[in-house]
Amino acid sequence: MASQEMEQLVRREYKEGFVTDIESETVPPGLDESTIAFISNKKGEPEWMLEWRLDAYRQWLKMTAPSWAHLDYPPIDYQAISYYSAPKRPEDRPQSLDEVDPKLLETYEKLGIPLHERAALAGVAVDAVFDSVSVATTFKDKLHEAGVIFCSISEAIRDYPELVRQYLGTVVPTADNYFAALNSAVFTDGSFVFVPEGVTCPMELSTYFRINAANTGQFERTLIVCEKQAQVSYLEGCTAPMRDENQLHAAVVELVALEDAKIKYSTVQNWYPGDENGKGGIYNFVTKRGDCRGDRSHISWTQVETGSAITWKYPSCVLRGKDSIGEFYSVAVTNGRQQADTGTKMIHLGEGTRSTIVSKGISAGRSNQSYRGLVKIGPRAKGARNFTQCDSLLIGDTCGAHTFPYQEIGNSTATVEHEATTSKIGEDQLFYCQSRGISEEDAVNMIVNGFCKDVFQELPMEFAVEAEALLNVTLEGAVG
Amino acid sequence: MSDVQSFLDRLAERNAERGSEPSWIAARRQAGAARFEAMGFPHRRIEQWKYTDVRAISRGDFRLADSAEFSPASAAALTLPIDGYRLTFVDGVFSSVLSDLADLPSGLAVQPLSQALAENHEAVGGPLGRLTGVEFSAFSALNTAFFEEGALVRLAPGTVVEKPIVLQFLSRHADSAVMSHPRILVEAGGRSEATIIEHHVGEKDAANFTNLVEEIMLDRGAILTHYKLLESPEQDLHIASIHVEQARDSRYTSFNLTLGGGLVRNDLITDLNGQGAEATFNGLFHGRNRQHVDNHTLANHNAPHTFSRENYKGILDDRAHGVFNGKVIVKRDSQKIEAEQSNANLLLSDRAQINTKPELEIYADDVKCAHGATTGQLDEEAVFALRARGLDEATARGLLTLAFAGEVMDQVGLDVIAERVELTVAGKLPERFNLAGLVQAAVALNED
Repeated sequence: MASQEMEQLVRREYKEGFVTDIESETVPPGLDESTIAFISNKKGEPEWMLEWRLDAYRQWLKMTAPSWAHLDYPPIDYQAISYYSAPKRPEDRPQSLDEVDPKLLETYEKLGIPLHERAALAGVAVDAVFDSVSVATTFKDKLHEAGVIFCSISEAIRDYPELVRQYLGTVVPTADNYFAALNSAVFTDGSFVFVPEGVTCPMELSTYFRINAANTGQFERTLIVCEKQAQVSYLEGCTAPMRDENQLHAAVVELVALEDAKIKYSTVQNWYPGDENGKGGIYNFVTKRGDCRGDRSHISWTQVETGSAITWKYPSCVLRGKDSIGEFYSVAVTNGRQQADTGTKMIHLGEGTRSTIVSKGISAGRSNQSYRGLVKIGPRAKGARNFTQCDSLLIGDTCGAHTFPYQEIGNSTATVEHEATTSKIGEDQLFYCQSRGISEEDAVNMIVNGFCKDVFQELPMEFAVEAEALLNVTLEGAVG
Repeated sequence: MSDVQSFLDRLAERNAERGSEPSWIAARRQAGAARFEAMGFPHRRIEQWKYTDVRAISRGDFRLADSAEFSPASAAALTLPIDGYRLTFVDGVFSSVLSDLADLPSGLAVQPLSQALAENHEAVGGPLGRLTGVEFSAFSALNTAFFEEGALVRLAPGTVVEKPIVLQFLSRHADSAVMSHPRILVEAGGRSEATIIEHHVGEKDAANFTNLVEEIMLDRGAILTHYKLLESPEQDLHIASIHVEQARDSRYTSFNLTLGGGLVRNDLITDLNGQGAEATFNGLFHGRNRQHVDNHTLANHNAPHTFSRENYKGILDDRAHGVFNGKVIVKRDSQKIEAEQSNANLLLSDRAQINTKPELEIYADDVKCAHGATTGQLDEEAVFALRARGLDEATARGLLTLAFAGEVMDQVGLDVIAERVELTVAGKLPERFNLAGLVQAAVALNED
């Protein structure tokens, strides 16, 4: 067929060299091998990277979108999406906060977001980037001193190709699933973190401090590697609602922990959930997986999911190393017409591996939420241990809460426990609060925050405070 | 495909032998065959069959039995020593010799299906297939294509039957394997009350395939206790689709006790359609060697104020494989629901495997639903506590294993069954736990 010609074409395009004039070009909607070559070219990637992307694309073509999740959305037209767009030019953005949707500003107010940050979050064109730039620069110096590499994935592919090549796709293979394959083919942004042996990262890392993170990509790819005895805590997202015209988001996050390494990954996701009728919200299909490769390594996922019209996300741990530990703490809140199918997979392969899963789901309005988890104990995982708790809270009689916990146990020395409850807020709890002069809405917020406490205390402190505020805002109007 | 075809060929042969039948039966057979042909045998890429491989069935070559001969001596040894009304089927064929329907009280009808069809086929045609149609699974379609025999139990409103109704299915050892597609139809009228014991057992080396469809309809306030005791030989293949329909204030209690069978799949579904309806699912499965036991249960809370409770326990040894999938669905507006679900498993060997999935699907807010699943080994502290009291380790472990099963067995109201199960469980435990003597002593002590 024409595939040979295509390959030639692809190669030829590549030979034309690197294009630096990023701002002037975007690709029209549609996806084929030339789009991928274009992206790779734009990013100035080496040839192996292009091959890797094309391989992913070819596998993606053979796959079909998964239909097993408890989600209901119209089929996505992948040819209607533009897979590369240059960063927005200042003149296309709102010129001041006055041009921004007042509803959005109201939310910022409630979340207590500092004034100077609001403009940046709302996408207002600001020439001199606000305060945090200087802060960020100081951070960069400090990280450099410690030997930690923290940059965008595109920079990493350019500057540290061997490191990236060694780890990229080793945790989430290109053909892992439909959305991961798509991401592998077209990813344009994301972070790369490398913590060398014995180093404890001197600060919590966050995309917020990565200067060029202003334009968070639609197809993000994040890779975090901790060498022996290294430690890092990474924060993704922020509590402020984020507007984005791209409806489909398909990110991939890969974590690699070698011997005695520890990675803590916290996420607060608050993408636009759509209007009252569920129109226009973000579809968030994320593949996140951590590989505890070394003995005694430790990977911990904490997530607060309040946004997106559709969430499809299962941060997982492959516990390969002896005595390695995996943790998953999650709060998911859905309101309006949101749908979330989220959970985790703990794959116990090594001896003495341990995992903990705590999942708290809150459904309100006309939303639907599912916990879907897998605990798998391999035949060699002697003495493996898992504890799972997933609780659902229902607010209102038009929402749904579902639990689908899979347990596959193939070792007699394993101990696996799963507990789940579903209930509504107790009338007696509400009465107790109200009889002490607390309004119904505040009482509900208090009870919900108490319900989520086990997870919030796993979050870095500032995040935890913000997450509580976020929860209250998300549930606004759900009661009464 | 060819697997499916060999079953369809068998059906064509049988249809030719059978001669003319009422038109609705012929039409259902056709619908069943068409559906079966369209679906084919389930494979592991279908979520419902993810952990169960049915190739032992699809690749098998099964005849249909046409006699119910069984040596009276061995039948007597297999039969439960219990005083009840008894229907016996040998490889799916009704045996009047081994049945005992003397002195049926008024208001109770217990009949082989063939007889009921011969007497008044239209009265059977209405309820039969109402709950489990050909759509349910390839196996229910296959059953509908082949069905001939089975048991029909009717309770007139207000009838309270003291003695249990025993439905005995014997599997015979022969040179070639056979299959049977029995139906059980239970219609319990308002406020009636009965106990049904379904007992599957057979000759040691039998390797037959049973594909059972049961439909149980409970009218207002009816109370039914249903024991399904499976002690089939370890080469037998057993698929059962049990569908219960519960009207207001009815109570259904199931004891699903699986101790035998090589490949066992039970689908137990209840539709709680009326307020105050209550379902209790108790289950115990004990597998060893290469036994495969799959239990899928579903409680559909279709009405407010309905209750379901489920407690399944599994003991797995050698290379046995257990599957538990419990599901509770609470429909929108079905408020004031209470549903509890628990599955605990004990693995006695490193090669034993369990896949468990307790699911909840809830669309109403005023509900109290909880589920739990645990898998592990015996509590070492409990073993220590018993040893400190002078028991040797083997006995201590054996006793604790029995105690693990005891949580379900304690609910069993019929001593004959409780003892039988305890003995079988004790007998199936590894040599190092051999407790049969101890249990016998305990039983004897009980009787004194």
